[in-house]
Amino acid sequence: MTSPLKPPKKKDPQKRSIVPTLPPLGRSRAALGLTVAAAEGRFALQHCAECGTVQYPPRDACTHCLSVELDWRDTPTGGTVIAETRIHASPDPYFRERLPWRMGTVKLDAGPVALAHLHGDVGRGDRVRLSLHLDKAAQGVIVALPTERTDVMEDDPLMRSLTAHPRHRRILITDARAPVTLPLIHALQKAGASHVFVGEAEAWRRWPGRAAIAALENVSIMPLDVTDADSLQSLAGEIGGKTDILINTARFIRPGGVLGGDTVFARDEMDVNVLGLMRLAQSFGPGMAARTADGTNSAAAFVNILSAHALSPDPGYGVFAASQAAARSLSQTLRAEFSHSGLRMMNVYVGPTDDEWHQPLPPPKVTPAALARSIVDGLIEGLEEVYCGDVARDLAERWRRDPGVLERELTGGGA
Amino acid sequence: MKRQSYDGVVLTAPVTVPYVRYSQETAHWWIARALRGALDKAGMSPRELDGFSVSSFTLFPDTPVGLTQHLGLTLRYLDTIPMGGASSVVAARRAARAVQAGDVDVVACVAGDANRIDSFRRLLSSFSRFSMDAAYPYGYGGPNANFALLTDAYMAEYGATREDFGRIAVAQRDNALRNPDALMKKPLTMEQYLSARPVSDPIALFDCVMPCAGAEAFLVMRENEAERRGLPFARLDGTIERHNAFPDDPIQLRGGWAMDADELYEMSGCAPGDIDLMQTYDDYPVISMMQFEDLGFCAKGEGPAFVRGHDLTIEGDFPHNTSGGQLSVGQAGAAGGYLGMVEAIRQVTDEAGPTQVKDAARALVSGFGMINYDRGVCSAAAIISGGNA
Repeated sequence: MTSPLKPPKKKDPQKRSIVPTLPPLGRSRAALGLTVAAAEGRFALQHCAECGTVQYPPRDACTHCLSVELDWRDTPTGGTVIAETRIHASPDPYFRERLPWRMGTVKLDAGPVALAHLHGDVGRGDRVRLSLHLDKAAQGVIVALPTERTDVMEDDPLMRSLTAHPRHRRILITDARAPVTLPLIHALQKAGASHVFVGEAEAWRRWPGRAAIAALENVSIMPLDVTDADSLQSLAGEIGGKTDILINTARFIRPGGVLGGDTVFARDEMDVNVLGLMRLAQSFGPGMAARTADGTNSAAAFVNILSAHALSPDPGYGVFAASQAAARSLSQTLRAEFSHSGLRMMNVYVGPTDDEWHQPLPPPKVTPAALARSIVDGLIEGLEEVYCGDVARDLAERWRRDPGVLERELTGGGA
Repeated sequence: MKRQSYDGVVLTAPVTVPYVRYSQETAHWWIARALRGALDKAGMSPRELDGFSVSSFTLFPDTPVGLTQHLGLTLRYLDTIPMGGASSVVAARRAARAVQAGDVDVVACVAGDANRIDSFRRLLSSFSRFSMDAAYPYGYGGPNANFALLTDAYMAEYGATREDFGRIAVAQRDNALRNPDALMKKPLTMEQYLSARPVSDPIALFDCVMPCAGAEAFLVMRENEAERRGLPFARLDGTIERHNAFPDDPIQLRGGWAMDADELYEMSGCAPGDIDLMQTYDDYPVISMMQFEDLGFCAKGEGPAFVRGHDLTIEGDFPHNTSGGQLSVGQAGAAGGYLGMVEAIRQVTDEAGPTQVKDAARALVSGFGMINYDRGVCSAAAIISGGNA
C-alpha cells in the first residue's frame, strides 16, 4: 500500500536546491510515438495495418509480416506482471539518486512484452493496467498500475515523478478575473494544493467576484499584470521560489475578422495572449526550472490555456485565433527549453467558452467548471496536451486527419 | 540435408592475455597482443597470416577493416562477429568452413576489449535501439536488471533458490583459485554468496561479472598445417548457431540451444554423457543453468536438482567453467565470449596447466550473447575433442 505523502517542511532558503537530473533522453524516431501518446494520456502502440500485429518496442517494420505500414492506435491496457526486480545499482545519475528502483516484465493482453515501471502496489503475478506517462525527460514510458484504484496511489514516488499532481503544491493562477479562476481554485484545493496565489491586474478596478476569492483560505490575491514586465519581476521576486505550478488564465479576446478588425484590439490580443506568455515564462520559468527536483513541493508544470483554433482559425475570431497560434508556437519553444529541467509545459486546448465574448455562438460551449476540471485532471495525469470539451477534441481530430480540409471547412467550404 | 563434417580443420594456439580491471590501453592494443601471442605459438609472422576474425565492442571509430592497416595484415578473409558471448563459436564455425573450402589457409580468431573508467556506462548507452527506447528508461539497470527479471521468472517457474545459483558461483571460484590470471583471488563461501549486497533483486554481487580489459585468441587451420608446425590441436566435431529463438516466449526461460541440441550431438556423434567438461557462457548463473538444461544434461526445470547433484569443480564429476569463468576471471567485453572456447582448446590438448581436467578428451563450449531488449538473442555451441581422441 502506498503511504500518504506528508506535507513538506518549510525549506531553509540558505540550503542548496538539488540540481535536477534527467532519466535517459535518447529515443529512436519510431519511439517518439509513445511520447506523443503519453502527452495526451492515451495508451497507443504500433499496429500493423496489414496483419494487425501489435508491436513493442516500436519498430520500422512489422515483426510478423514485414509490412512497413505501422499505425499508432489506442490499445487494450490489460496485462500481467511476469517478472519483477528492484534495482539497487545503476550507472545513470537520475536513477542513482532514486534507488532502489522497481521495474518488471509485463505480458500485454494485446500481445507483446514490455519492460515497465511498476507502481508500488503491483508485483509479479498481478493483473495490471498499463498506461503511458511522460517521465522527467519528457519521454513516454510504460507504467504498470493496479487495475483498481488503491489508497493514495498517486502519492507513490514513481507517480509523483511522472505527474504534476497539485497535492502539497503551491500554484499561481495569473488572472483572478478569468471566469475559470474560481472553479479552478476549488478544483486545485480539492486535489490537495497547499496554497493558491491569484494574480490581479489593475487592482483599482472593481470587479464582482473579488470578495468570493479573497474570502477563501490559503488563497492570496497578488498584483500581477502580464502586460507589465516590472510587475511580473517584482512578483517573481516575492513568490517565484515557491511557485510549483503556474496556470496562465489571462487572455484578451474580441470577435471579428481581419478586414474590419481594430488594430488596437489586435495589439491587446497579441500583448496579453502572446507577449504575456513570454513575459510570464521569462520571469517565472527559470526559477521553476531550477526547482524541479525540490522534493514534495518541487516545481512541476507551466500551464497555458489555448483556443483549439490555435490549430486552424475560426474567421469569426480571426485575430484572436492568430494570437492563439502564435502562443501555441511559443509554448512549443518553451517546452523545448524546459525539457532540460523536467518542467512540464502543458497546453489545454479549449473550444468556445461559455462567456460574454462567445454569447451568440450555439452550444456546445465549455463551462468554466469543465475547463477547471480538465486542467486539474491534466496535472494529475501528467499530460502536456489536453483537449477540453467536444469542440476541441473534434477540431484536434479533424486537424490530425487533414489540416487542409479542416481549414476549408472552417472557412466556409464545407457542406 | 545432412550437415557436412569439419574434417581436416582444427583449432589451435589458444592464447589468453591476462585481464586487467581498468586499463588505459585500447582495444587495438589488446587485440594486437592476443594476435601476436597466437602467431608466436604457431611460429608464424603477421605477413603469413591470410585470415582474421575479430570481435570487439570498443574499436570505434575503427572496424576490423581499420585493424588490417593498423596491424599490418594483408588478408583474403576478414570477418567481424558482433555477437558478444556467442562470438567464439560463430567465429570458429565460419572460419572452419572457409579454411575447409580453401578460401583461406589460416584464420586468427581474436576477441578483445578495452575498459577505461566509465567506459562500461558509455558502452551500455549505445548498445541497441530497443535498449535505448524500451529498457534503459526503466531504471537503467543494464544487463543486471535484465538477468534479474529472467532469474526472478525462472525461480518462480521452477522453484530454484538463490543457493542453487550459488553452487555455480562458488564452484567457479574454487576453479579460479587455480588460475593465476583470474581477477578474483579470494575464496568464496556459500554464506558470502548468499549475504552479498543486492544488485538487482534477486541478483546480488556474486551473480555479476566484473567488466575488465583483456583479449583471447586461437587459430583455425588445416590439420596437416598444424601437424607440420608441431601444434597440439582440437577438432571441431559439431556446432550450432541460432538467433532470436522462441520469439513468442514471453520471458526467456530457454535459449536457442533447445532448438538445436539434437543436431549438435548428431553431428558430433556423441551424447551428453560423453562430454568430459563444459564451458558455458556465465554472465549470470541462471543462464549457465539454462545451458545445462537446453543442451540435454538434464530436463527443463531440473537445473536446480542438477547442480545439487553434481560437483562442478575441476576435480568434480561435472567439470564446468574450469578457468573460473567470467564470474571469477572477469568479463573482458567480447573476449568474454572467447574465454570458454580458449580454455576448452587448452583442456582437450592437455595444455591447461593448473586447471587441467584429468583425461579431458571432449568438451562442450556454449555461447550466449546480446541483450538486445529483454533477452539474449544469440546462442551457439560447439563440441571439440583433442587431436588424439
